[in-house]
Amino acid sequence: MISKILVGGMAEGVILKSEKPINFLGAVDKKTGVIGETNHELYGQSLKGVMLVFPSGAGSSVGAYTIYSLSVNDVAPLAMICQKADLTVATGCAVAGIPLVLVDKESFNSLQTGRQLRLDTEAQTIT
Amino acid sequence: MELTREEEDALAGRHGDVMQMAYRILVATGEATDAEKLIPIRWAHLSGVNYNTIGDAGQEFLKSISERGAKVRVRTTLNPMGFDADNVNEYGLSDEFISKQLSIGDSYRTMDVAPSFSCIPYEIYEMPQKGEQVAFAESNAAIHANSFDGIKTNKESAFSALASALTGKSPYSDLRREDKEADLTVQMRVKEPDELAYGMLGFFAGRVGDTSVNISGVTPSGMDRRQCKALCGGMGTSGTCAKIRFTDNEESRSEKVEFGDEEMRRVRDELSTAEKGDLITLGSPQLGLWEISDLLRRLRGRSFRKRCLVFCPRTVKEQAQTQGHIQRLESAGCEVLSDCCTCLSPLIDPRETDAVTTNSVKGAFYLNAGGVGVDLKPLSDILEEETA
Repeated sequence: MISKILVGGMAEGVILKSEKPINFLGAVDKKTGVIGETNHELYGQSLKGVMLVFPSGAGSSVGAYTIYSLSVNDVAPLAMICQKADLTVATGCAVAGIPLVLVDKESFNSLQTGRQLRLDTEAQTIT
Repeated sequence: MELTREEEDALAGRHGDVMQMAYRILVATGEATDAEKLIPIRWAHLSGVNYNTIGDAGQEFLKSISERGAKVRVRTTLNPMGFDADNVNEYGLSDEFISKQLSIGDSYRTMDVAPSFSCIPYEIYEMPQKGEQVAFAESNAAIHANSFDGIKTNKESAFSALASALTGKSPYSDLRREDKEADLTVQMRVKEPDELAYGMLGFFAGRVGDTSVNISGVTPSGMDRRQCKALCGGMGTSGTCAKIRFTDNEESRSEKVEFGDEEMRRVRDELSTAEKGDLITLGSPQLGLWEISDLLRRLRGRSFRKRCLVFCPRTVKEQAQTQGHIQRLESAGCEVLSDCCTCLSPLIDPRETDAVTTNSVKGAFYLNAGGVGVDLKPLSDILEEETA
């Protein structure tokens, strides 16, 4: 269940999920979209073209520019699905035009890496 | 969120595409913070200045909006950039880096932003009256403003603060509305904490807390400036928390989490990743005048045995210069740099530097993320072990 739409849009792709928050500045390479923070669970994985599911952003406010850069460099996720709103992710997605929604805890737990997911904020569905 | 007719017009693009983008950002911010309307703010402090962090996409974005006539509508100040223009030639940065960084500074100046290049606005500017609304993107400054200065801000993102600067407005979020107890209290159990312990307390509390957090067992009056800044810097690094409420009420109904020696050891193990640093950095957040004179007092005429980079705002460096502090620090082996900071500084090159010694939790996090090891220890240990 979508609990809130922060940036509207439509996207369909395969889920990449992180159980831990992501500090976009520092953790993600803005040119390649690969997670470079060595003790992050998604270390070495690329965010390009995935439906990114994670609890929330964390840390630096400049992470909003990182999200925008991912989009300019064509290595951004197709959409982001979070449990908790934070301004870095919300505004980064707003400027980059990446759909962003919040989901309730049950839905968050049911979304697993590798599964196909379709998000349509107009119809308010996530399937 | 309810918008006025004029705000709706701006969102629809009738005031140009820069204002449309700014209102799109404010709407996303408003949705994220459950705000019902926009309210005026009187000061914005922007992040997104260092070319190392915003890259080509950021540099081109700022150039583009400044060329399209973007101007800030309220007093607006800036975070540190990547180097100190006075001595950049001594640090072997590429011409490309220097020109892109200067372009970013020029774009901000064109937008009428004051080139303060500092992450401690609360120490170099007179603070507004208590209760005033501001928009600070620098995380340590936002936490400082809400927790110590009695003014109100979200933990803004680089874009939400920029949108607030361009419009003079920000969503009327929870943090801006009321001063209520947080759902979680971190109980400080570490005895006689030094600034590193405060930094780690902040890092821990920021990770477990939500938008705000209560902390018991410490009081603002019991902290010196260094400890207070370490607490805000550590907290800003780890989570989304924007405010500390200091409380002595251990009976309150909030959930309790202890921060004792064991919790502190775990944070230190995570962030302290090297035995010894090749060089030392002091200043993340940048040092203020008191910290500089205190550092000199504690050096007692001794000198650092390896390179020691000291970061402070330009205005602080100028004041310290008139008092002879800078010359004395330089004779003690320090390189004093203004306009930049430890965090994501290109002056520390991972190809040449294996590890850095610092007392900053915030600095440690970003050094580790950038592939540089960290020997994290309090200033007292650094002075004891690294000077002669």
